[in-house]
Amino acid sequence: MSNKVIYGVFEDEEILLNSAKALRSKGVRIADVFSPFPIHGLDPVIGIKPTRLSNAAFFYGLFGTSFAVWMTWYMLISDWPMNIGGKPNFNWMLNMPAFIPVTFELTVFCAAHGMVLSYLLVNKLYPGRKPHNPDPRSTDDKFIMEIRTTENGKHNEADIMNVLRETGAVEINHKELK
Amino acid sequence: MEQHSSVTVRQPLILGKKTYHQISEDIAKPIEGKANGLFKIVFTISALLALWGVGCFAYTIGTGIGVWGLNKTVGWAWDITNFVWWVGIGHAGTLISAILLLFRQRWRMSINRSAEAMTIFAVICAALFPVMHMGRVWVAYWVLPLPNQFGSLWVNFNSPLLWDVFAISTYFTVSLVFWYTGLIPDFATIRDRQMKPRMRKIYNILSFGWSGSAKQWSRFEEVSLVLAGLSTPLVLSVHTIVSMDFATSVIPGWHTTIFPPYFVAGAIFSGFAMVLTLLIIMRKVLHLEDYITISHIENMNKVIILTGSIVGVAYLTELFVSWYSGVEYEQYAFLNRATGPYWWSYWSMMTCNVITPQLFWFKKIRKSLIATFIISIFVNIGMWFERFVIIVTSLHRDYIPSSWTMFHPSFVDIGIFIGTIGIFFTLFLLFSRTFPVIALSELKTILKSTSENPKPPHH
Repeated sequence: MSNKVIYGVFEDEEILLNSAKALRSKGVRIADVFSPFPIHGLDPVIGIKPTRLSNAAFFYGLFGTSFAVWMTWYMLISDWPMNIGGKPNFNWMLNMPAFIPVTFELTVFCAAHGMVLSYLLVNKLYPGRKPHNPDPRSTDDKFIMEIRTTENGKHNEADIMNVLRETGAVEINHKELK
Repeated sequence: MEQHSSVTVRQPLILGKKTYHQISEDIAKPIEGKANGLFKIVFTISALLALWGVGCFAYTIGTGIGVWGLNKTVGWAWDITNFVWWVGIGHAGTLISAILLLFRQRWRMSINRSAEAMTIFAVICAALFPVMHMGRVWVAYWVLPLPNQFGSLWVNFNSPLLWDVFAISTYFTVSLVFWYTGLIPDFATIRDRQMKPRMRKIYNILSFGWSGSAKQWSRFEEVSLVLAGLSTPLVLSVHTIVSMDFATSVIPGWHTTIFPPYFVAGAIFSGFAMVLTLLIIMRKVLHLEDYITISHIENMNKVIILTGSIVGVAYLTELFVSWYSGVEYEQYAFLNRATGPYWWSYWSMMTCNVITPQLFWFKKIRKSLIATFIISIFVNIGMWFERFVIIVTSLHRDYIPSSWTMFHPSFVDIGIFIGTIGIFFTLFLLFSRTFPVIALSELKTILKSTSENPKPPHH
């Protein structure tokens, strides 16, 4: 059993999408696709589940809201109540309208930064990381499909390459993995 | 898909016969090429102005804010005028990148990157003013809700000035990460083009090792959408809170409920003017005429008509309400604005903000680069005067006539203002030669549906 990666290089995202559909209908697993911009409709074809990052953002936002409520209550109501401009300082609810701006800002702050940090973390993006796109042209104008032979034990390597060629790949490269 | 039916009736957003590769080439050119003489001259001038501003800042910090022209009646003047002016300018960037994204306006894609850069640089300039006005800048951290040893004295969450601290810092940091998230894939494009190892290394660090895999793109789109959704109410809240610095006080001319929407409209108005000022020059200097087309300019001019008209209506509403309120202080504040010693600033504001943008109803003017450029400068000036009028004319004649006075800016006031303009342009010029000034990966997604060649050539 060989351990190879096949790269199908395409010049157009729609041709790649059709090729991916053809390969999937034959039961070939596609490991990844590298493209210069997002290809709409590709994710369900190659089996990528919708990301849950927005759910995470919601919970980060909820944390921000709760934190702001706790902070305003603790600092201005519980720890050191002060009479500022005659505004009620003995009860959080009565003083709440003045706390809305800070609560809102902290909600947005936590949701946005929490989400971006999670995004960088799950995508493994950080300064100094080595890029792993197989070909530098894939951030310019080439669309590259990656197929691993280990994931496609039932399929003959030559068959996969044939389908790629028939569906419009302009180049087919392969690499031996150790 | 959704767009195809509209394509035939709309102007193409990308001119010329472009391919995906050509887009990368055109946008990478300013980064990879050498700076010409004009750039060096303009950069030197901006940097010198910035240095002069830094000198004035240092003088203020060393001596105290007594070196400004403020007096006991006019305790707020150019500093807060400049603060509001710069924050307002920043708003257009967020509007373009966030609100127009939610509205699926595809023309934003050629201009959002530079508009967001403008936002960030403008907010940096803005934030300098309140910090400087603290006088003792080394205790600026007192605005943060930190446990401290001064007695358990916490910050005052009832105060709009504290809301400002939260609003501006949230706005600045969220805009920064929104901008950077979009930059990551474009930095990767620049990185993968570099032959020289040093350039490759720099752009690899900037690109965070982006590879453009399907999963990365799927998450990228989700993050962009949610950040746009978060930034939209955020940008509206920021200028609302800035306006509350005035509206929650009891100064005639400030104490009005119309301020939040009026300030937000004014902010977008001035921001679009600054975007136009910058982009009309940038498209020429960086040869981006195919991407920032006359249709883009025209669309922005339409936003200027809309927001300029909202601002005009707000001015008239203020006048009406001051008369209708029957409050003599309120009535006097507006009479004094229009006919008092600062009449010239009031009428400059009216001319620049209400009259000049109405010229954009003419298609010829809307499509003329020179006319647009001149009007955008007028709007920039007018919006500066708007803040000056609101702040200084309301303060200089307060409740006791014996304390009536005028405000005269000192050379430090002027130096700091000019200095922030220098800082702004220095940063923007640096940006224009090191960063991809157009969101090229986003632009490639609309190439097929909106360029002059409906299908890029295949081989």
